[in-house]
Amino acid sequence: MMPAGLAPLIYLVSAALFIMGMKRLQSPDTARNGNMMSGIGMLIAIVVTLLDQQILSFQVIIAGVVVGGGLGFWMARSVKMTSMPQMVALLNGFGGGASLLVAGAEFLKADMTGAPLAIETNVTIQLGSLIGSVTLTGSFIAFLKLQELMTGKPVTFPLQKTFNALVFLSILALAIWQVVTPGQQVEIYYAMAGLSLLLGVLLVIPIGGADMPVVIALLNSYSGIAAAMTGFVIDNQVLIVAGALVGSSGLILSNIMCKAMNRSLANVLFGAFGGDSAGGSSKSSEGLTVNEVSVEDAALRLAYARLVIVVPGYGLAVAQAQHVVRELADLIKKNGGEVKYAIHPVAGRMPGHMNVLLAEAPSGRRRVGDRGQRCRQSGGSQRSIQPDLRHADSRRRECPEHHRHEAQHEPGVCRHPERVVLSSKDVHVVW
Amino acid sequence: MSEGIILGIVVFTLATFLGFELIQRVPPTLHTPLMSGSNAISGITIVGALIIAGGDFGWISQYVGFGAVVLAMINVVGGYTVTDRMLRMFRKDPEES
Repeated sequence: MMPAGLAPLIYLVSAALFIMGMKRLQSPDTARNGNMMSGIGMLIAIVVTLLDQQILSFQVIIAGVVVGGGLGFWMARSVKMTSMPQMVALLNGFGGGASLLVAGAEFLKADMTGAPLAIETNVTIQLGSLIGSVTLTGSFIAFLKLQELMTGKPVTFPLQKTFNALVFLSILALAIWQVVTPGQQVEIYYAMAGLSLLLGVLLVIPIGGADMPVVIALLNSYSGIAAAMTGFVIDNQVLIVAGALVGSSGLILSNIMCKAMNRSLANVLFGAFGGDSAGGSSKSSEGLTVNEVSVEDAALRLAYARLVIVVPGYGLAVAQAQHVVRELADLIKKNGGEVKYAIHPVAGRMPGHMNVLLAEAPSGRRRVGDRGQRCRQSGGSQRSIQPDLRHADSRRRECPEHHRHEAQHEPGVCRHPERVVLSSKDVHVVW
Repeated sequence: MSEGIILGIVVFTLATFLGFELIQRVPPTLHTPLMSGSNAISGITIVGALIIAGGDFGWISQYVGFGAVVLAMINVVGGYTVTDRMLRMFRKDPEES
Protein backbone atom coordinates (compact mmCIF):
# COMPACT_ATOMS: atom_id res chain seq x y z
CA MET A 1 0.00 0.00 0.00
CA MET A 2 1.08 3.53 -0.66
CA PRO A 3 1.18 6.59 1.54
CA ALA A 4 -1.85 8.81 1.06
CA GLY A 5 -1.30 11.77 -1.23
CA LEU A 6 1.21 9.99 -3.40
CA ALA A 7 -1.34 8.66 -5.87
CA PRO A 8 -2.17 12.03 -7.52
CA LEU A 9 1.51 12.58 -8.23
CA ILE A 10 1.88 9.20 -9.86
CA TYR A 11 -1.26 9.86 -11.89
CA LEU A 12 0.52 12.98 -13.08
CA VAL A 13 3.32 10.78 -14.42
CA SER A 14 0.69 8.84 -16.37
CA ALA A 15 -0.75 12.04 -17.80
CA ALA A 16 2.73 13.19 -18.84
CA LEU A 17 3.35 9.85 -20.55
CA PHE A 18 0.08 10.21 -22.49
CA ILE A 19 1.13 13.66 -23.68
CA MET A 20 4.62 12.53 -24.68
CA GLY A 21 3.19 9.46 -26.36
CA MET A 22 0.84 11.57 -28.44
CA LYS A 23 3.64 13.91 -29.36
CA ARG A 24 5.66 10.98 -30.64
CA LEU A 25 2.83 10.01 -32.95
CA GLN A 26 3.87 12.94 -35.12
CA SER A 27 6.45 10.90 -37.00
CA PRO A 28 6.30 7.32 -38.29
CA ASP A 29 9.74 6.67 -36.77
CA THR A 30 8.79 7.47 -33.21
CA ALA A 31 5.12 6.58 -33.36
CA ARG A 32 5.42 3.01 -32.16
CA ASN A 33 7.55 4.08 -29.27
CA GLY A 34 5.00 6.80 -28.47
CA ASN A 35 2.20 4.28 -28.37
CA MET A 36 4.28 2.19 -26.02
CA MET A 37 4.84 5.19 -23.73
CA SER A 38 1.17 5.93 -23.62
CA GLY A 39 0.52 2.25 -22.83
CA ILE A 40 2.98 2.40 -19.96
CA GLY A 41 1.18 5.51 -18.71
CA MET A 42 -2.03 3.51 -18.70
CA LEU A 43 -0.40 0.61 -16.88
CA ILE A 44 0.94 2.97 -14.22
CA ALA A 45 -2.49 4.50 -13.75
CA ILE A 46 -4.04 1.04 -13.32
CA VAL A 47 -1.38 -0.15 -10.85
CA VAL A 48 -1.63 3.02 -8.77
CA THR A 49 -5.39 2.64 -8.59
CA LEU A 50 -5.06 -0.95 -7.45
CA LEU A 51 -2.54 -0.02 -4.76
CA ASP A 52 -4.56 2.91 -3.53
CA GLN A 53 -6.60 2.51 -0.37
CA GLN A 54 -9.97 2.58 -2.09
CA ILE A 55 -9.75 -0.99 -3.34
CA LEU A 56 -11.17 -3.45 -0.84
CA SER A 57 -11.62 -6.65 -2.78
CA PHE A 58 -9.95 -7.94 -5.89
CA GLN A 59 -12.18 -10.79 -7.07
CA VAL A 60 -14.43 -8.71 -9.31
CA ILE A 61 -11.45 -6.75 -10.59
CA ILE A 62 -9.45 -9.84 -11.50
CA ALA A 63 -12.44 -11.38 -13.26
CA GLY A 64 -13.11 -8.18 -15.18
CA VAL A 65 -9.50 -7.62 -16.14
CA VAL A 66 -9.08 -11.19 -17.37
CA VAL A 67 -12.31 -11.21 -19.37
CA GLY A 68 -11.94 -7.68 -20.79
CA GLY A 69 -8.21 -7.86 -21.38
CA GLY A 70 -8.51 -11.26 -23.05
CA LEU A 71 -11.34 -10.14 -25.30
CA GLY A 72 -9.55 -6.93 -26.22
CA PHE A 73 -6.32 -8.74 -27.03
CA TRP A 74 -8.09 -11.36 -29.08
CA MET A 75 -10.05 -8.74 -31.04
CA ALA A 76 -6.95 -6.68 -31.71
CA ARG A 77 -4.95 -9.66 -32.93
CA SER A 78 -7.61 -11.16 -35.13
CA VAL A 79 -9.02 -8.05 -36.80
CA LYS A 80 -8.20 -7.53 -40.46
CA MET A 81 -6.62 -4.25 -41.45
CA THR A 82 -9.50 -3.58 -43.83
CA SER A 83 -11.87 -3.83 -40.87
CA MET A 84 -9.94 -1.33 -38.78
CA PRO A 85 -12.65 1.36 -38.83
CA GLN A 86 -15.23 -1.06 -37.41
CA MET A 87 -12.76 -2.13 -34.77
CA VAL A 88 -12.05 1.44 -33.70
CA ALA A 89 -15.79 2.17 -33.65
CA LEU A 90 -16.42 -0.84 -31.43
CA LEU A 91 -13.56 -0.05 -29.03
CA ASN A 92 -14.79 3.50 -28.87
CA GLY A 93 -18.27 2.34 -27.97
CA PHE A 94 -16.88 0.17 -25.18
CA GLY A 95 -14.95 3.14 -23.80
CA GLY A 96 -18.10 5.23 -23.81
CA GLY A 97 -20.03 2.38 -22.25
CA ALA A 98 -17.46 2.08 -19.47
CA SER A 99 -17.78 5.80 -18.73
CA LEU A 100 -21.56 5.46 -18.62
CA LEU A 101 -21.32 2.56 -16.18
CA VAL A 102 -18.86 4.38 -13.93
CA ALA A 103 -20.99 7.51 -13.82
CA GLY A 104 -24.11 5.41 -13.27
CA ALA A 105 -22.45 3.41 -10.50
CA GLU A 106 -21.46 6.61 -8.71
CA PHE A 107 -25.03 7.77 -8.90
CA LEU A 108 -26.49 4.47 -7.65
CA LYS A 109 -23.82 4.29 -4.96
CA ALA A 110 -24.95 7.64 -3.58
CA ASP A 111 -28.51 6.36 -3.64
CA MET A 112 -27.50 3.18 -1.82
CA THR A 113 -25.39 4.77 0.91
CA GLY A 114 -27.65 7.77 1.29
CA ALA A 115 -24.71 10.15 1.11
CA PRO A 116 -25.84 13.34 -0.63
CA LEU A 117 -24.18 14.13 -3.95
CA ALA A 118 -22.55 17.51 -4.34
CA ILE A 119 -24.33 19.48 -7.03
CA GLU A 120 -21.32 19.61 -9.35
CA THR A 121 -20.79 15.87 -8.98
CA ASN A 122 -24.40 15.36 -9.90
CA VAL A 123 -24.06 17.61 -12.96
CA THR A 124 -21.00 15.75 -14.19
CA ILE A 125 -22.69 12.39 -13.57
CA GLN A 126 -25.56 13.48 -15.82
CA LEU A 127 -23.17 14.80 -18.48
CA GLY A 128 -20.95 11.72 -18.31
CA SER A 129 -23.94 9.41 -18.60
CA LEU A 130 -25.38 11.37 -21.53
CA ILE A 131 -22.13 11.50 -23.50
CA GLY A 132 -21.15 7.95 -22.58
CA SER A 133 -24.53 6.62 -23.73
CA VAL A 134 -24.43 8.49 -27.03
CA THR A 135 -20.90 7.19 -27.61
CA LEU A 136 -21.92 3.62 -26.81
CA THR A 137 -24.95 3.30 -29.08
CA GLY A 138 -23.68 5.72 -31.73
CA SER A 139 -20.46 3.72 -32.10
CA PHE A 140 -22.43 0.52 -32.24
CA ILE A 141 -24.54 1.84 -35.12
CA ALA A 142 -21.37 3.02 -36.85
CA PHE A 143 -19.97 -0.48 -36.39
CA LEU A 144 -23.10 -2.07 -37.87
CA LYS A 145 -22.97 0.27 -40.86
CA LEU A 146 -19.29 -0.34 -41.53
CA GLN A 147 -19.61 -4.08 -41.04
CA GLU A 148 -22.54 -3.88 -43.48
CA LEU A 149 -24.84 -5.54 -40.99
CA MET A 150 -27.22 -2.66 -41.62
CA THR A 151 -27.71 -0.42 -44.61
CA GLY A 152 -24.99 2.11 -45.28
CA LYS A 153 -27.59 4.48 -46.69
CA PRO A 154 -28.88 7.31 -44.52
CA VAL A 155 -31.92 6.18 -42.55
CA THR A 156 -34.40 9.04 -42.46
CA PHE A 157 -37.98 9.51 -41.41
CA PRO A 158 -40.32 12.50 -41.45
CA LEU A 159 -39.70 15.16 -38.84
CA GLN A 160 -36.47 13.39 -37.86
CA LYS A 161 -34.64 16.52 -36.75
CA THR A 162 -37.61 17.71 -34.73
CA PHE A 163 -37.88 14.31 -33.09
CA ASN A 164 -34.15 14.23 -32.30
CA ALA A 165 -34.34 17.73 -30.86
CA LEU A 166 -37.27 16.67 -28.69
CA VAL A 167 -35.37 13.64 -27.40
CA PHE A 168 -32.37 15.83 -26.63
CA LEU A 169 -34.49 18.44 -24.85
CA SER A 170 -36.20 15.72 -22.79
CA ILE A 171 -32.79 14.43 -21.73
CA LEU A 172 -31.77 17.94 -20.68
CA ALA A 173 -35.01 18.45 -18.81
CA LEU A 174 -34.65 15.16 -16.93
CA ALA A 175 -31.02 15.90 -16.11
CA ILE A 176 -31.82 19.38 -14.83
CA TRP A 177 -34.72 18.04 -12.78
CA GLN A 178 -32.38 15.43 -11.31
CA VAL A 179 -29.84 18.06 -10.33
CA VAL A 180 -32.21 20.60 -8.80
CA THR A 181 -34.32 18.18 -6.75
CA PRO A 182 -32.70 17.00 -3.52
CA GLY A 183 -31.84 13.30 -3.28
CA GLN A 184 -31.52 10.77 -6.08
CA GLN A 185 -34.43 9.92 -8.34
CA VAL A 186 -33.29 6.58 -9.69
CA GLU A 187 -36.19 6.23 -12.16
CA ILE A 188 -35.46 9.65 -13.60
CA TYR A 189 -31.83 8.67 -14.00
CA TYR A 190 -32.74 5.47 -15.83
CA ALA A 191 -35.10 7.39 -18.11
CA MET A 192 -32.38 9.95 -18.84
CA ALA A 193 -29.81 7.25 -19.62
CA GLY A 194 -32.30 5.31 -21.74
CA LEU A 195 -33.17 8.36 -23.81
CA SER A 196 -29.46 9.11 -24.20
CA LEU A 197 -28.88 5.61 -25.54
CA LEU A 198 -31.71 6.21 -28.00
CA LEU A 199 -30.21 9.56 -28.97
CA GLY A 200 -26.94 7.87 -29.94
CA VAL A 201 -28.83 5.63 -32.37
CA LEU A 202 -30.89 8.52 -33.74
CA LEU A 203 -27.86 10.71 -34.34
CA VAL A 204 -25.92 8.14 -36.35
CA ILE A 205 -28.59 6.42 -38.48
CA PRO A 206 -29.12 9.40 -40.82
CA ILE A 207 -25.42 9.54 -41.64
CA GLY A 208 -24.35 7.63 -44.72
CA GLY A 209 -21.74 4.88 -44.70
CA ALA A 210 -19.29 7.01 -46.66
CA ASP A 211 -19.29 9.63 -43.92
CA MET A 212 -18.57 7.13 -41.17
CA PRO A 213 -14.90 8.20 -40.83
CA VAL A 214 -16.04 11.60 -39.63
CA VAL A 215 -18.53 10.01 -37.27
CA ILE A 216 -15.92 7.71 -35.78
CA ALA A 217 -13.55 10.61 -35.19
CA LEU A 218 -16.34 12.57 -33.57
CA LEU A 219 -17.41 9.64 -31.40
CA ASN A 220 -13.77 9.23 -30.44
CA SER A 221 -13.90 12.81 -29.26
CA TYR A 222 -17.10 12.07 -27.31
CA SER A 223 -15.56 9.04 -25.62
CA GLY A 224 -12.73 11.29 -24.45
CA ILE A 225 -15.12 13.88 -23.10
CA ALA A 226 -17.11 11.14 -21.36
CA ALA A 227 -13.90 9.93 -19.72
CA ALA A 228 -13.11 13.51 -18.64
CA MET A 229 -16.60 13.84 -17.13
CA THR A 230 -15.98 10.61 -15.24
CA GLY A 231 -12.80 12.23 -14.00
CA PHE A 232 -14.85 15.08 -12.56
CA VAL A 233 -17.21 12.59 -10.95
CA ILE A 234 -14.53 10.59 -9.17
CA ASP A 235 -12.35 13.70 -8.73
CA ASN A 236 -9.34 12.33 -10.58
CA GLN A 237 -7.14 14.63 -12.67
CA VAL A 238 -5.58 12.00 -14.90
CA LEU A 239 -8.99 11.14 -16.32
CA ILE A 240 -9.64 14.80 -16.98
CA VAL A 241 -6.29 15.31 -18.75
CA ALA A 242 -6.50 12.13 -20.83
CA GLY A 243 -10.14 12.69 -21.66
CA ALA A 244 -9.56 16.27 -22.75
CA LEU A 245 -6.61 15.23 -24.94
CA VAL A 246 -8.72 12.61 -26.70
CA GLY A 247 -11.66 14.98 -26.90
CA SER A 248 -9.70 17.65 -28.71
CA SER A 249 -7.85 15.20 -30.96
CA GLY A 250 -11.10 13.64 -32.15
CA LEU A 251 -12.54 17.06 -32.86
CA ILE A 252 -9.51 18.07 -34.91
CA LEU A 253 -9.59 14.86 -36.90
CA SER A 254 -13.27 15.26 -37.73
CA ASN A 255 -12.58 18.81 -38.82
CA ILE A 256 -9.64 17.82 -41.01
CA MET A 257 -11.79 15.19 -42.68
CA CYS A 258 -14.67 17.53 -43.32
CA LYS A 259 -12.29 20.01 -44.90
CA ALA A 260 -10.85 17.28 -47.09
CA MET A 261 -14.35 16.53 -48.32
CA ASN A 262 -15.16 20.23 -48.76
CA ARG A 263 -18.06 19.99 -46.39
CA SER A 264 -18.90 21.37 -43.00
CA LEU A 265 -19.25 19.21 -39.92
CA ALA A 266 -22.90 20.26 -39.66
CA ASN A 267 -23.49 19.11 -43.23
CA VAL A 268 -21.99 15.71 -42.48
CA LEU A 269 -23.95 15.26 -39.26
CA PHE A 270 -27.32 16.57 -40.34
CA GLY A 271 -27.19 16.46 -44.13
CA ALA A 272 -28.24 12.78 -44.52
CA PHE A 273 -25.66 12.60 -47.27
CA GLY A 274 -22.98 10.21 -48.39
CA GLY A 275 -25.07 7.08 -48.80
CA ASP A 276 -23.47 6.08 -52.05
CA SER A 277 -20.12 6.95 -53.46
CA ALA A 278 -20.88 9.76 -55.86
CA GLY A 279 -20.81 8.08 -59.23
CA GLY A 280 -22.14 9.86 -62.27
CA SER A 281 -21.02 13.41 -61.64
CA SER A 282 -19.16 14.54 -64.69
CA LYS A 283 -18.17 18.05 -63.71
CA SER A 284 -16.14 19.00 -60.68
CA SER A 285 -16.63 22.26 -58.86
CA GLU A 286 -13.71 23.79 -60.70
CA GLY A 287 -15.35 22.98 -64.00
CA LEU A 288 -13.01 20.13 -64.92
CA THR A 289 -14.63 17.35 -66.87
CA VAL A 290 -14.31 13.72 -65.83
CA ASN A 291 -14.23 11.25 -68.69
CA GLU A 292 -14.60 7.54 -68.27
CA VAL A 293 -12.78 5.62 -70.93
CA SER A 294 -12.55 2.02 -72.01
CA VAL A 295 -9.64 -0.17 -70.99
CA GLU A 296 -8.10 -0.08 -74.48
CA ASP A 297 -8.37 3.67 -74.65
CA ALA A 298 -6.84 3.99 -71.21
CA ALA A 299 -3.96 1.74 -72.19
CA LEU A 300 -3.30 3.89 -75.21
CA ARG A 301 -3.40 7.10 -73.25
CA LEU A 302 -1.25 5.71 -70.47
CA ALA A 303 1.30 4.54 -73.00
CA TYR A 304 1.77 8.09 -74.26
CA ALA A 305 1.24 9.95 -71.00
CA ARG A 306 4.12 11.94 -69.66
CA LEU A 307 2.87 12.07 -66.12
CA VAL A 308 0.40 9.68 -64.52
CA ILE A 309 -0.98 10.18 -61.05
CA VAL A 310 -2.54 7.16 -59.42
CA VAL A 311 -5.17 7.88 -56.80
CA PRO A 312 -5.70 4.61 -54.97
CA GLY A 313 -8.99 3.94 -53.22
CA TYR A 314 -10.31 1.41 -50.76
CA GLY A 315 -11.19 -1.01 -53.57
CA LEU A 316 -7.57 -1.23 -54.67
CA ALA A 317 -6.43 -2.37 -51.26
CA VAL A 318 -9.29 -4.80 -50.79
CA ALA A 319 -8.60 -6.34 -54.19
CA GLN A 320 -4.90 -6.58 -53.25
CA ALA A 321 -4.21 -4.81 -56.53
CA GLN A 322 -1.02 -3.11 -55.34
CA HIS A 323 1.27 -5.32 -57.38
CA VAL A 324 -0.78 -4.85 -60.56
CA VAL A 325 -0.54 -1.10 -60.17
CA ARG A 326 3.17 -1.53 -59.59
CA GLU A 327 3.55 -3.46 -62.84
CA LEU A 328 1.54 -0.83 -64.66
CA ALA A 329 3.77 1.87 -63.24
CA ASP A 330 6.85 -0.01 -64.40
CA LEU A 331 5.44 -0.26 -67.90
CA ILE A 332 4.63 3.43 -68.00
CA LYS A 333 8.11 4.27 -66.81
CA LYS A 334 9.59 2.03 -69.49
CA ASN A 335 7.69 4.09 -72.04
CA GLY A 336 9.22 7.25 -70.67
CA GLY A 337 6.33 8.37 -68.49
CA GLU A 338 6.49 9.47 -64.91
CA VAL A 339 4.24 7.92 -62.25
CA LYS A 340 3.17 9.57 -59.05
CA TYR A 341 0.76 8.60 -56.32
CA ALA A 342 -1.65 10.71 -54.38
CA ILE A 343 -3.71 9.48 -51.47
CA HIS A 344 -6.70 11.44 -50.39
CA PRO A 345 -6.67 11.92 -46.60
CA VAL A 346 -10.03 10.19 -46.27
CA ALA A 347 -9.40 7.46 -48.82
CA GLY A 348 -10.35 4.14 -47.31
CA ARG A 349 -12.87 4.10 -44.55
CA MET A 350 -11.25 6.25 -41.94
CA PRO A 351 -8.61 8.99 -41.99
CA GLY A 352 -5.28 7.55 -43.05
CA HIS A 353 -6.81 4.11 -43.51
CA MET A 354 -5.36 3.80 -47.01
CA ASN A 355 -1.84 4.22 -45.66
CA VAL A 356 -2.40 1.46 -43.15
CA LEU A 357 -3.76 -0.86 -45.83
CA LEU A 358 -0.85 -0.19 -48.13
CA ALA A 359 1.66 -0.50 -45.34
CA GLU A 360 0.29 -3.93 -44.58
CA ALA A 361 2.13 -5.53 -47.49
CA PRO A 362 5.16 -6.82 -45.61
CA SER A 363 7.89 -6.33 -48.19
CA GLY A 364 9.07 -3.61 -50.51
CA ARG A 365 9.04 -0.97 -47.83
CA ARG A 366 12.38 0.38 -48.85
CA ARG A 367 13.31 3.93 -49.43
CA VAL A 368 12.18 5.55 -52.62
CA GLY A 369 15.57 5.25 -54.27
CA ASP A 370 15.97 1.49 -54.31
CA ARG A 371 12.41 0.35 -54.21
CA GLY A 372 12.44 -0.95 -57.78
CA GLN A 373 14.83 -3.83 -57.32
CA ARG A 374 13.60 -4.64 -53.87
CA CYS A 375 10.05 -5.03 -54.99
CA ARG A 376 10.99 -7.22 -57.87
CA GLN A 377 13.05 -9.50 -55.67
CA SER A 378 10.34 -9.97 -53.14
CA GLY A 379 7.99 -11.07 -55.89
CA GLY A 380 4.45 -12.32 -55.88
CA SER A 381 1.41 -10.56 -54.62
CA GLN A 382 3.29 -8.96 -51.77
CA ARG A 383 4.98 -6.42 -53.95
CA SER A 384 4.07 -3.05 -52.70
CA ILE A 385 3.80 0.43 -54.03
CA GLN A 386 3.64 1.70 -50.53
CA PRO A 387 6.81 3.79 -50.34
CA ASP A 388 5.69 6.08 -53.12
CA LEU A 389 2.29 6.37 -51.58
CA ARG A 390 3.48 7.20 -48.16
CA HIS A 391 5.66 9.94 -49.45
CA ALA A 392 3.12 11.27 -51.90
CA ASP A 393 0.53 11.51 -49.23
CA SER A 394 2.23 13.72 -46.71
CA ARG A 395 2.68 16.45 -49.25
CA ARG A 396 -0.54 16.06 -51.11
CA ARG A 397 -2.60 18.54 -49.22
CA GLU A 398 -0.38 21.41 -48.37
CA CYS A 399 2.48 21.89 -50.72
CA PRO A 400 4.69 24.16 -48.60
CA GLU A 401 4.37 21.73 -45.75
CA HIS A 402 5.67 18.61 -47.33
CA HIS A 403 9.35 19.35 -47.10
CA ARG A 404 9.06 19.04 -43.40
CA HIS A 405 7.79 15.48 -43.58
CA GLU A 406 9.80 14.00 -46.41
CA ALA A 407 12.71 16.23 -47.20
CA GLN A 408 14.51 13.83 -49.50
CA HIS A 409 11.69 13.75 -51.99
CA GLU A 410 11.62 16.02 -55.00
CA PRO A 411 8.67 18.40 -55.02
CA GLY A 412 6.81 17.34 -58.15
CA VAL A 413 3.20 16.97 -57.30
CA CYS A 414 2.72 20.56 -56.33
CA ARG A 415 2.88 21.89 -59.84
CA HIS A 416 -0.46 20.28 -60.62
CA PRO A 417 0.50 18.96 -64.06
CA GLU A 418 -2.07 16.16 -64.10
CA ARG A 419 -2.46 14.38 -67.35
CA VAL A 420 -4.02 11.07 -66.44
CA VAL A 421 -5.68 10.06 -63.24
CA LEU A 422 -6.30 6.39 -62.59
CA SER A 423 -8.70 5.36 -59.89
CA SER A 424 -8.98 1.90 -58.48
CA LYS A 425 -12.24 0.57 -59.86
CA ASP A 426 -12.55 2.02 -63.33
CA VAL A 427 -10.25 4.18 -65.28
CA HIS A 428 -10.99 7.87 -65.05
CA VAL A 429 -8.98 10.23 -67.13
CA VAL A 430 -8.82 13.92 -66.40
CA TRP A 431 -7.53 16.15 -69.17
CA MET B 1 -18.48 25.44 -6.31
CA SER B 2 -15.76 23.50 -4.60
CA GLU B 3 -12.10 24.03 -5.31
CA GLY B 4 -11.83 20.56 -6.79
CA ILE B 5 -14.25 21.27 -9.60
CA ILE B 6 -12.61 24.60 -10.46
CA LEU B 7 -9.20 22.97 -10.60
CA GLY B 8 -10.75 20.26 -12.77
CA ILE B 9 -12.16 22.82 -15.20
CA VAL B 10 -8.77 24.55 -15.42
CA VAL B 11 -7.01 21.26 -16.10
CA PHE B 12 -9.64 20.24 -18.66
CA THR B 13 -9.35 23.51 -20.57
CA LEU B 14 -5.55 23.50 -20.64
CA ALA B 15 -5.43 19.85 -21.68
CA THR B 16 -7.87 20.56 -24.51
CA PHE B 17 -5.60 23.28 -25.88
CA LEU B 18 -2.62 20.98 -25.49
CA GLY B 19 -4.49 18.30 -27.41
CA PHE B 20 -5.19 20.70 -30.27
CA GLU B 21 -1.51 21.61 -30.46
CA LEU B 22 -0.33 18.01 -30.33
CA ILE B 23 -2.68 16.64 -32.95
CA GLN B 24 -2.49 19.38 -35.52
CA ARG B 25 1.03 18.32 -36.46
CA VAL B 26 0.32 14.65 -36.98
CA PRO B 27 0.66 13.83 -40.70
CA PRO B 28 -2.40 12.32 -42.44
CA THR B 29 -0.45 9.07 -42.88
CA LEU B 30 -0.69 8.46 -39.17
CA HIS B 31 -4.29 9.48 -38.65
CA THR B 32 -5.66 5.95 -38.30
CA PRO B 33 -3.11 4.86 -35.66
CA LEU B 34 -3.63 8.23 -33.98
CA MET B 35 -7.31 7.57 -33.75
CA SER B 36 -6.98 4.08 -32.35
CA GLY B 37 -4.18 5.23 -30.04
CA SER B 38 -6.14 8.13 -28.62
CA ASN B 39 -9.10 5.80 -28.39
CA ALA B 40 -7.01 3.57 -26.15
CA ILE B 41 -6.19 6.59 -23.99
CA SER B 42 -9.88 7.27 -23.51
CA GLY B 43 -9.92 3.88 -21.80
CA ILE B 44 -8.43 5.75 -18.81
CA THR B 45 -11.93 5.50 -17.42
CA ILE B 46 -10.66 2.06 -16.28
CA VAL B 47 -9.46 3.91 -13.17
CA GLY B 48 -13.03 4.74 -12.25
CA ALA B 49 -14.15 1.24 -13.15
CA LEU B 50 -11.55 -0.33 -10.86
CA ILE B 51 -12.57 1.87 -7.95
CA ILE B 52 -16.22 0.83 -8.37
CA ALA B 53 -15.45 -2.87 -8.86
CA GLY B 54 -13.02 -2.95 -5.94
CA GLY B 55 -15.37 -1.20 -3.54
CA ASP B 56 -17.90 -2.71 -1.21
CA PHE B 57 -21.15 -1.63 -2.77
CA GLY B 58 -23.00 -4.90 -3.22
CA TRP B 59 -24.54 -5.45 -6.62
CA ILE B 60 -23.21 -2.14 -7.91
CA SER B 61 -19.65 -3.34 -7.48
CA GLN B 62 -20.39 -6.87 -8.60
CA TYR B 63 -22.35 -6.16 -11.77
CA VAL B 64 -21.98 -2.53 -12.78
CA GLY B 65 -18.34 -2.46 -11.67
CA PHE B 66 -17.57 -5.73 -13.41
CA GLY B 67 -19.22 -4.51 -16.62
CA ALA B 68 -17.28 -1.26 -16.48
CA VAL B 69 -13.95 -3.04 -15.94
CA VAL B 70 -14.64 -5.45 -18.81
CA LEU B 71 -15.60 -2.68 -21.26
CA ALA B 72 -12.73 -0.41 -20.24
CA MET B 73 -10.21 -3.27 -20.43
CA ILE B 74 -11.36 -4.20 -23.94
CA ASN B 75 -10.92 -0.55 -24.87
CA VAL B 76 -7.46 -0.27 -23.33
CA VAL B 77 -5.91 -3.60 -24.31
CA GLY B 78 -7.59 -3.73 -27.72
CA GLY B 79 -6.72 -0.12 -28.49
CA TYR B 80 -3.03 -0.33 -27.64
CA THR B 81 -2.53 -3.74 -29.24
CA VAL B 82 -4.17 -2.81 -32.51
CA THR B 83 -2.33 0.52 -32.66
CA ASP B 84 0.95 -1.26 -32.12
CA ARG B 85 0.07 -3.72 -34.88
CA MET B 86 -0.47 -0.85 -37.30
CA LEU B 87 2.56 1.15 -36.28
CA ARG B 88 4.81 -1.87 -36.63
CA MET B 89 4.00 -1.77 -40.33
CA PHE B 90 4.95 1.88 -40.59
CA ARG B 91 8.53 1.40 -39.48
CA LYS B 92 10.91 2.72 -42.09
CA ASP B 93 13.52 -0.03 -41.91
CA PRO B 94 12.03 -3.51 -41.68
CA GLU B 95 15.46 -4.98 -40.88
CA GLU B 96 15.46 -3.40 -37.45
CA SER B 97 12.52 -5.41 -36.19
